Amino acid sequence: MSDSLSKLEKRTAYTLVLPAVLLVFAIVLFPIFANVWISFKDIELKDIRIPEPRAKKIVKSISENQSELKIIYKLRNSSLIQEIRNVQFQDKFPTNISPVNLDPRCNFQSKKVVCDFGNWQAKYRENFEIILQNNNGEIIDKKIIKSQKPILSGKADNPLLTTNFTLENFKKVFYENNFVELLLTTFYFTFFGTIGAIIFGILAAQLVNQNIQGRTYMRGILLFPYVGPVVALAYTWTLLLDPNSGTLNALLVNFNIIEQPINLLGQKYITMSILGFEFKLRLALTTVIFFEIWRYFPLAFLFILARLQAIPQSLYEAAEVDGASPIQKFIHITLPQITAIISILFMIRFIWNFNKFEDIFLLTGGASGTRTLPINVYQQGFAVSDIGMGSAVSIVIVMLLLSFMVIYFRLIGKRANEV
Amino acid sequence: MKFKSLAIFLIISSFFLTCILSIWKIMATLQGLNFTNLNVTAVLLIGILLSLAFVLIGNKLNHLIKILLLSFIFSILYFYLNEASPYWYLFGVFLITLFFTNKLKKYSIQSLQEDFISEKIIFDFITLFGIVFFAFVILFPFYIMLVTSFKTQIALLVNPLDFSIDFTKSLTELFKSYFVIFETYNFGRYILISSAVSIGTVIVTLLFAIPAAYAVARLNFFGKNFLSTSILIIYMFPAIVLVIPLYTVFSQLGLRNSIFGLLIVYTATTLPVAIYMLQGYFKSIPKEIEDAGIMDGQNWFGIILKIIIPLSLPAIASVALYVFMIAWNEFLFSLMFLDSPKSFTLSRAIQYLSGDAETPRQYLMAGSVIVTLPVLFIFIYFEKYLVSGLTAGSVKE
Repeated sequence: MSDSLSKLEKRTAYTLVLPAVLLVFAIVLFPIFANVWISFKDIELKDIRIPEPRAKKIVKSISENQSELKIIYKLRNSSLIQEIRNVQFQDKFPTNISPVNLDPRCNFQSKKVVCDFGNWQAKYRENFEIILQNNNGEIIDKKIIKSQKPILSGKADNPLLTTNFTLENFKKVFYENNFVELLLTTFYFTFFGTIGAIIFGILAAQLVNQNIQGRTYMRGILLFPYVGPVVALAYTWTLLLDPNSGTLNALLVNFNIIEQPINLLGQKYITMSILGFEFKLRLALTTVIFFEIWRYFPLAFLFILARLQAIPQSLYEAAEVDGASPIQKFIHITLPQITAIISILFMIRFIWNFNKFEDIFLLTGGASGTRTLPINVYQQGFAVSDIGMGSAVSIVIVMLLLSFMVIYFRLIGKRANEV
Repeated sequence: MKFKSLAIFLIISSFFLTCILSIWKIMATLQGLNFTNLNVTAVLLIGILLSLAFVLIGNKLNHLIKILLLSFIFSILYFYLNEASPYWYLFGVFLITLFFTNKLKKYSIQSLQEDFISEKIIFDFITLFGIVFFAFVILFPFYIMLVTSFKTQIALLVNPLDFSIDFTKSLTELFKSYFVIFETYNFGRYILISSAVSIGTVIVTLLFAIPAAYAVARLNFFGKNFLSTSILIIYMFPAIVLVIPLYTVFSQLGLRNSIFGLLIVYTATTLPVAIYMLQGYFKSIPKEIEDAGIMDGQNWFGIILKIIIPLSLPAIASVALYVFMIAWNEFLFSLMFLDSPKSFTLSRAIQYLSGDAETPRQYLMAGSVIVTLPVLFIFIYFEKYLVSGLTAGSVKE
């Protein structure tokens, strides 16, 4: 009895779960594996359509004789790189009309011309002609002839499914793509973006956790950058930071803080000197990191605030009795209570920053030293139109992500369950 | 000891006052006032004098009279030290000083001798300063976005710092950018498309997620643990690595440039979060309630429909709002999949608009306001649900 019940339970469970699992599999998991396949192929954006035979039909009259017509079919292979095999052609004609001197590849039966064109090479073109004659000697209506579209069919390989593989893409990724700089920029962006977001998150949470008026409003306002659409926010920032007529530069110049406007998003390096040491700062990258911090510190703030509010007030009261200073209270009570959530946040934000595409794309488009791995996927795949190369970069991202996750579950995974 | 804490008090408090006054001055500059000097040192000095006077007077005067008097004197000093300014600006200075002196209420010569008073002073003012700072930094871009949409290209070129809104203009003049983007750039259509895609995503996601989450939360089946861990792992995976394969496959299937294609992708990418959030809530529903349902001879469909859904409406609402916001804000896939202006979403339309360097910025900002307002309204109105959802289900971008 219980056996059949648990069977029923299983069957029910699978019916409930299956639709969601299949959809996620098709749209999320399948592409990750498909990337591996594509990354080993030499394929460009324009090659991704399956080649097909095409024909354009042109109807012409011959001399005075209206009972005869010439049809020209402009035949071509739509693909520039692949052949189409066994091309079949078919066109229908009205009654009493028959072709004259038909091409040997074709034959005419029951009002149809059927041709077997064999194989078409890549870029294949041909002007194929049929001369029609009305058996009754009457005028042929051009419109009727024109309105009938020829049917073509042929076998072609899906360029995605062919089995010629190459290692060229990965070679290019590692040797011709400034890979080290790409990786460094990505890590620089990810690391400082994450750390900054967490530090500002702690500060904001600590502030809002005080007993101040309008605490809930403050919490709401602090989350604005996180819930706002990235397109709107990124363009507002570009406008604010614009060197020619941006508000920030205009303000700084107006109050004589700087002499010349600074192109915060378009300048790769800025030379700074602090205490006599000169060093170059990655300016555009730093600006993008600040945008990133501005947009994502609210998330860290929210989680840390939730944790802070769960700390029993009695701990602080006891510390007060013992004569602890505010700093001591923060270090000895608050900090130990939030380390767990901070380590989780660090990993989550690290992974998501590592994959960040939209923010950088909208602010700089990857120019002025802000090219990270995800930006590179887009540039290779869609700007340079090298799909195979883009996939190879995607694979690099997936590999790095997987190793982060392994580290994460080894180090922090167990602790995550305690929170 | 006493002098050290007094000095810290004076410096920190007047530093705080200077910061607020500087922000006030910047905001006034953006209203078209012609200030060119922040005058930090002068303000800092009279701020120190103000704080000193405050603690020296102590309890000899009624608090209200004291703060009114001090703020008034401060405002006059400020007026003489700074450039000529209109009365509304000085009135603002007066109110800020009033607020500031009121905050000083708990400090006196006696209280400056308490234990750890310097740390407490620093914490107090950093808190105040931090709140002002965060509010300013967060709201400033939104403010610029809104006011820019009411300006004209010429006005902004003449004085890029003048963001004052001329309310004497007629409404059609004031909202001109909005009329233009609706009439010339077809934003009405994009709003419809964005809403259709987002609402569609919410409905389809819930249809798939509720049964799946119920199974994960309640039923025993082979592969359940594997499933719940993979949910977590999958939503760590970024959209950018899915883009190329999806683009190629969707091209071959003719699903690009279609709202349907976008809907499928959005649903699939939000499903893991939705399932994760919902199953957490379903687990918290007492099992006895369901047992009663089973006794009544309900099948799983009946149980979900008649027991689970009514009991978890708040959680479902928060998931729905959350998914709506993700779909509404989504940009990457709409950039990749939509080429034809016929099927643009709002985000994609704004990006397309910005691609033309000739597009005046106020149109761009009007578009940004239109895409931002709905999410902010939803967020403010349903903040409680959303915040609990955000923290409960961890988070997806």
